[in-house]
Amino acid sequence: MKIPQIKYLRKPKASDYMYLFFANITGLTVFVIEFFKQLFIPPYEINEVKKHMDELGVKTFPIVSVTGFIIGLVLAMQSQPVLQKFGATDFLPATVSLSVIRELGPVITALIFAGRVSSGIGAELGSMRVTEQIDAMEVSAINPFKYLVVTRVIATTMILPILTIYVIFLALIGGYIAVIITENMSFQYYQNAVIGAVEFGDLIPGVGKTFVFGFIVGIVGAYKGFTTDGGTEGVGRASTTSVVIASLLILVFDLVLVKLSLMLWPTLG
Amino acid sequence: MADTRVVEIKNLSKRFDELVVLDNISIDVKEAENLVVFGRSGTGKSVLLKCIIGLLRPDKGEIKINDKNVINIPLKELNEIRKNIGFLFQSGALYDSMNVRENLEFQLIKNTDFTKEEIEHKVHDALKKVSLEQAINKMPSELSGGMRKRIALARSIIAEPKLMLYDEPTTGLDPITSKEISELILNLQKSLNMTSIVVTHDLICANIIADRAIFLKEGHIAYQGNIDDLTSSEDKFLRNFFSEKIIKE
Repeated sequence: MKIPQIKYLRKPKASDYMYLFFANITGLTVFVIEFFKQLFIPPYEINEVKKHMDELGVKTFPIVSVTGFIIGLVLAMQSQPVLQKFGATDFLPATVSLSVIRELGPVITALIFAGRVSSGIGAELGSMRVTEQIDAMEVSAINPFKYLVVTRVIATTMILPILTIYVIFLALIGGYIAVIITENMSFQYYQNAVIGAVEFGDLIPGVGKTFVFGFIVGIVGAYKGFTTDGGTEGVGRASTTSVVIASLLILVFDLVLVKLSLMLWPTLG
Repeated sequence: MADTRVVEIKNLSKRFDELVVLDNISIDVKEAENLVVFGRSGTGKSVLLKCIIGLLRPDKGEIKINDKNVINIPLKELNEIRKNIGFLFQSGALYDSMNVRENLEFQLIKNTDFTKEEIEHKVHDALKKVSLEQAINKMPSELSGGMRKRIALARSIIAEPKLMLYDEPTTGLDPITSKEISELILNLQKSLNMTSIVVTHDLICANIIADRAIFLKEGHIAYQGNIDDLTSSEDKFLRNFFSEKIIKE
């Protein structure tokens, strides 16, 4: 598999950045095609996928727990005065739940996941590349792409939706705590209001898009790590650029997927 | 040493952008022969090994291992050939997320049908050969430079390859450890009847191991012969290269 590379032998110009941008897009596309080619070829390395799911999930658990709780809390606190102006504080549970389920929960979890996991995968594979561990695997007749890349990308794709559901749940609890501080609202009322506001159609695009975000996090980190060159400096670069590219792609794909979900479920609008 | 040719390289060329690293090189290595490759840094010694194992694709030429072409063949076929080749990396390239046992058993688990007991036996056997049985549960980060090289050597020979490629096996080691590793390589080569290609700068190592040596210069084979021929050559370049390095026994 050939990945386009760029090496600067002089001070880079704007055209070099353009080249780098398109080289990354091309390289990433080649990498994604290779992923789908390798995905269906045995051996399937199920144990390795489980191991990565366990590691990535556990590592990200504390940070997304705090984030989820605070998102709900802050969103309710910010929305309450605005809704109060219009005498619509009864809509607070619906506002919090719809915002969290449709947009904030999935996107913020994905961005945090990208910061935590994409950089980790980029650094780990990058370090394996520069210390010739990937070459060592290759000369031992073991497919490093299958063993290192495919397993990690499957793991990130599977684990992010689970984390998102967990974050949404915590955000709703955070929202309730903010509500009871400012409003005289029972938990029963809050719960019924949330359930009444949220339809099944809200959950599908909300959680569904996190499979795509999880895939982006895994594939970008693996791509930057697997194609690292330039020693330890290259590893650092792989780690940081993987976060930047993954975060940007998450936001771009969010836009596309929101538009797509509005076309598929017009009632969401 | 038999007359069967294990490695046949014909007119091999490799360049990186404008830099010609290997230029029309032809080498034959016979069964059970130890060939040492000398040359200044950046003359393409490691590139030569990487072309043989298929990590780099040459621009031109032919490489055959046991009469099988290794260039432009499907990965599956290349991997079948690779199963009979061991490669010792300059850095050792131990998998740092695995302990010594896992490093050694990894390729056996992936590539063979051996039972757990057989693999366990092979791991202990390989570690015994490099005298490091006690390090079986250690992580690579807990090992010294010499130990890492030995473990990497044990990992390379665990599948009992017929051809071994060594990329600077003694670089970065003190002279005593370097000599021990070189003797170990020679003993392994004799006990497993392996063919070896050793890239090195280390004359102690070459003196111990080499049946034959070649010297790469500006992409060509500038000199070849046995070690004594090279070290005692009247050629000015070779005299300069070896003068600082010859260790009087």
